[in-house]
Amino acid sequence: MAVVQDVHGHGHDDHHPTGIMRWVCTTNHKDIGTMYLWFSFAMFLVGGFLAMGIRAELFMPGIQILEPELFNSFTTLHGLIMVFGAIMPAFVGLANWQVPLMIGAPDMAFARMNNWSFWILPVAASLLVSSFFVPGGAAAGGWTFYPPLSTQGGMGVDMMIFAVHLLGASSIMGAINIITTILNMRAPGMTLMKMPMFVWTWLITAYLLVLVMPVLAGTVTMLLTDRNFGTSFFNAAGGGDPVLFQHIFWFFGHPEVYIMILPAFGIVSEIIPTFSRKPLFGYSSMVYATASIAILSCVVWAHHMFTVGMPTVGQLFFMYATMLIAVPTGVKVFNWTATMWRGSMTFEVPMLFSIGFIFLFVIGGFSGVVCAIVPIDIQVQETYYVIAHFHYVLVSGALFAIFGGVYYWLPKWSGRMYDEKLGKWHFWLSMFFFNLTFFVQHFLGLAGMPRRVPDYALQFADFNMISSIGGFGFGLTQLFFLFIVIKCIRSGEKAADKPWEGATTLEWTLPSPAPYHSFETPPVIK
Amino acid sequence: MNSKSVAIRVGVAFLAFYSSLAMSSKYNFPEPQSLIAQDVYDQHIFVLWICLVIFIAVFGVMFYSILKHRKSLGYKAANFHHSTIVEFVWTAIPCAILIVMALPATKTVLAMKDTSEPDITIKVTGYQWMWGYDYLQGEGEGISFYSKLSTPRAQIENKEPKGEHYLLEVDNNLVVPVGKKVRVILTANDVIHAWWVPAFSVKQDAIPGFVRDAWFKADRAGIFRGQCTELCGKDHGFMPIVVEVMEPEQYAQWVSEKQKASASAMTTAALN
Repeated sequence: MAVVQDVHGHGHDDHHPTGIMRWVCTTNHKDIGTMYLWFSFAMFLVGGFLAMGIRAELFMPGIQILEPELFNSFTTLHGLIMVFGAIMPAFVGLANWQVPLMIGAPDMAFARMNNWSFWILPVAASLLVSSFFVPGGAAAGGWTFYPPLSTQGGMGVDMMIFAVHLLGASSIMGAINIITTILNMRAPGMTLMKMPMFVWTWLITAYLLVLVMPVLAGTVTMLLTDRNFGTSFFNAAGGGDPVLFQHIFWFFGHPEVYIMILPAFGIVSEIIPTFSRKPLFGYSSMVYATASIAILSCVVWAHHMFTVGMPTVGQLFFMYATMLIAVPTGVKVFNWTATMWRGSMTFEVPMLFSIGFIFLFVIGGFSGVVCAIVPIDIQVQETYYVIAHFHYVLVSGALFAIFGGVYYWLPKWSGRMYDEKLGKWHFWLSMFFFNLTFFVQHFLGLAGMPRRVPDYALQFADFNMISSIGGFGFGLTQLFFLFIVIKCIRSGEKAADKPWEGATTLEWTLPSPAPYHSFETPPVIK
Repeated sequence: MNSKSVAIRVGVAFLAFYSSLAMSSKYNFPEPQSLIAQDVYDQHIFVLWICLVIFIAVFGVMFYSILKHRKSLGYKAANFHHSTIVEFVWTAIPCAILIVMALPATKTVLAMKDTSEPDITIKVTGYQWMWGYDYLQGEGEGISFYSKLSTPRAQIENKEPKGEHYLLEVDNNLVVPVGKKVRVILTANDVIHAWWVPAFSVKQDAIPGFVRDAWFKADRAGIFRGQCTELCGKDHGFMPIVVEVMEPEQYAQWVSEKQKASASAMTTAALN
């Protein structure tokens, strides 16, 4: 803590428990951010293990290692764990670390609630993972758990419902904390329109979370009472409607998709200007684009349900609204391109991941437009085309941006540089294996392979094998990432306070590693 | 040749090989067998062309910039950060492109939704895990049967070599005549299923307790295969759909055989 002494002269407020109790009791945003990030990486490995199981079963036609019911549990839990356990906590972790540092605040607004919202997560995660070992096995109705199928399962489904409740509560607390911090604790002079893009995107994301997480909690509660207390919200025999569930679920589910991508936009909007040595192009249009994506995301939910048998007007409305999202998304891509244009670029690992993000996210955007067009969507709905589409926006979208953010800020967090050469290997291997895994799935879907099947017709055999090989490669590459991070923390070279020449945001004015307490006296922004 | 250019050549060759795999129709939509399916096929190709043009335009600019505007070439950064005109233009152009895509799609949606005046109406019921078919109206009225996967268990468990139509074959095909408008009314007995025949571009969820409908009109005779596309439990991957489209005379013959068989089955039942 020598650095802290240097900065504050007297480390009077650094008395905190040591050992395990430091982490259990901590209210420090940096400690909590670190725990969020490690937790999400652990869940990423669990979800990845399930993905390996899925790809191993699909390596060849026929049933080899996973019986159909277990296969369904694998796909269900893979989805839930990756969405709620890996991607979302990783973004909250980044927000915990970076939001106070970037707005010049000493900590998060609600420090104790911050601790609580993290420590709920391991409980929810153990509910999910241990549900594999109860009678009846884990939930097997898909990560969207549509009734009546999800009313059929055993105790594993109830455990999943409680886990979703807890994860939702944690997200809502995290979101309220972020909103309050951003709105009340900015350094003097930092007006809203001077905030870094990452802070803006998180502010908008947090509002989305507060809006839709209670909706999810409501619908899983209805499912819980349908299963255990004899209600009939989703049971036609009792006067309910199974499609009602889908409407409520996707009213949460579609904004959720943007909850997982908006902070990614924010990270990329920090990294691209830094390594282009040029300010972000169209800052205010970026803010408006983010806000309009968030608003539009609340009125497009039924595009997940085009085959459910909606009225014509409904199908047309949701088609037009969905296609409209392409406009603000396009604006963002054009802005990033214009930021790079006539910059003075270097290509360190964060920049590589950001460019990879734009490149592959745009491909995911194209398949998104294809999916928005009702007649085409009716063909590709519930096929591997959709799997390919959302992995392009969630893996090469959200996940690549998280990797980019981790490489970008790791020097500030740990005080040490990661190994540039190994980081480049990580990027190129991820890029190669990702495309090997998911690009072929577009064609599988077009040719008619449904998703969520443990076995398939012979015509799909060769591309499934390619996809599985890519999947195994991608999985191994992420263990390599773990190695790079540990190597950096343990024996990386010492990082400068501002290791990136073009960086301009507040966190780079602090020493590396960032002191345990920072900005106790707020900086003044001119 | 330095190692960089070798790497680039290998990369290009790999990409070319990789995408040529997809050229085979095996990896595109199946050959369309109805007017609607043809529309869907054409719109998909049309949208892909638009995407390709946008892709080349955007990434052409970006990769030019990546190659030329780099610090290692001594390029000095400019300092512009917005331009109202440019931002207006690149908001307006996507809007126009979207309208061009939405127009034909709207027409097709209206056509798909028009299930009026069918020649034949068939009720399709999803079960865990098979399909039930009841001919409700038109030629064949009264015929009723179940349709189950006929692939032997041993093939699925890898104890026998897999047949040509592995997992896409059933004991009783759904038989319809060529050139007639067939309306399918869908429901389910237990959980949600979805009835999909790609060659006709028909996919509709079958929802327990509710009735939905869809329609198709086959252009030519043949056997067309599809699968359940809504996760419905353990054997979701094992409840295919096989539609056999027959010439009108053959269809009439099939109908009379089916009706005779069910009549004799009824007599036997009565005698017993």
